[in-house]
Amino acid sequence: MPSISRGFRRRDRGGDPSRLPPGQHLESGFPVLSAGPTPRVSTAEWSFAIKGALDAPRRWSWDELRALEPDAIRCDIHCVTAWSKLDTEWDGISLDVLLDGVETDAAFVTAWCDGGYTTNLPLEDITGGNAWLAWGYDGRPLAPEHGGPVRLLVPHLYFWKSAKWVRGLALRADDQPGFWEELGYHDRGDPWREQRYQGD
Amino acid sequence: MARAALPGRLSWLPARIAAVRRETARARTLVLDVERWPGHRAGQHVDVRLTAADGYQAQRSYSIASAPGTPLEITVERLSDGELSSWLVDEARPGDVLDLRGPIGGYFVWDSASGGPLLLVAGGSGVVPLMSIERNRRLAAPAIASTLLLSARAPEDVLYAAELDGATLTYTRRAPAGWTGYDRRIDAAMLTQVAPPPEARPRCFVCGPTAFVERISQDLVDLGHDSALVKTERFGATG
Repeated sequence: MPSISRGFRRRDRGGDPSRLPPGQHLESGFPVLSAGPTPRVSTAEWSFAIKGALDAPRRWSWDELRALEPDAIRCDIHCVTAWSKLDTEWDGISLDVLLDGVETDAAFVTAWCDGGYTTNLPLEDITGGNAWLAWGYDGRPLAPEHGGPVRLLVPHLYFWKSAKWVRGLALRADDQPGFWEELGYHDRGDPWREQRYQGD
Repeated sequence: MARAALPGRLSWLPARIAAVRRETARARTLVLDVERWPGHRAGQHVDVRLTAADGYQAQRSYSIASAPGTPLEITVERLSDGELSSWLVDEARPGDVLDLRGPIGGYFVWDSASGGPLLLVAGGSGVVPLMSIERNRRLAAPAIASTLLLSARAPEDVLYAAELDGATLTYTRRAPAGWTGYDRRIDAAMLTQVAPPPEARPRCFVCGPTAFVERISQDLVDLGHDSALVKTERFGATG
């Protein structure tokens, strides 16, 4: 039974409530949450790799990645700290393109990043048109504090899964907890099932 | 690798407001009675959920202000149009109830085993989790050196003013009459003067608004501090 807080009532914040997962509220700004200093990454030295349990590792330089046909992505995003932002617009490339033709027995991936951040995801959550590498936000290059030059974009999961400053994916058979998952956050993080913490 | 501390299911726990303390015109500290509260580490936060009489619910995260082993306290600053913060600051009275779950967060934490020296840099209400850390240090490890550097807009915005002996304050909009201290945004020169040098390997905790944290954490890294020792927490204004 929830405790009724005397005198508390809803404030209409606008927007379409059917697009808000349970426990979320609308946010018009774009808050930043990171555990440490923002890494400064030169695109000249940047690359993206897919390695681990696959037939042959793959790697793209910044120029090689940008030479691929980009997608314009419009999506709602949901942070575990209970804000959601609707109709965000990104430029990037579908992970389906980067994983196309890969032969693997893996069921999970660990994304790794500049600055040491990691997060774990089921492989099926980042395939099938569900996930991108994003380098543009709102028509501009992705700002470093938001994960630039490139971040993962997995909008159907809580936003800590959309790892900032991402540098690669390791494909693996087992689910290995990442940075926040090790500290008690959920391994999958589906906002519609309110999977914030382990056990949710 | 085994999980550091698998907490099991984090259940919503009923909490009773035992006391309300006025910190500033816009901020209150709520002392919370929670049965079966498992205890917390300095720097952690809780999720607070309020339920209206019609069943409407909303939740936000709030930093814990009190030291481990002392009564659970959160400090809340009212945001304009803040759905929860308005209730917590303007409405909440002793005896009122809410739900919370936690403690949450295992990275932005410090205990005496984490060692020192400590460098705590706060912008505005970002001082809340840092005060939990500082209070813990004073209780559990007073021999560990600590530097507390606070940026506030004006004197009436300063939280925990009675506990800031030895802290360095800077006022970014209006300083008190006769003030001879800093009256600008925290910058690299100020950090060089106030903070332990990088060679002392201070454990740095930076908390405040996004732009503040971005700037300070970058300054610290540029001054030679090990980025692995710089932990950040950013306050999004989200109600």
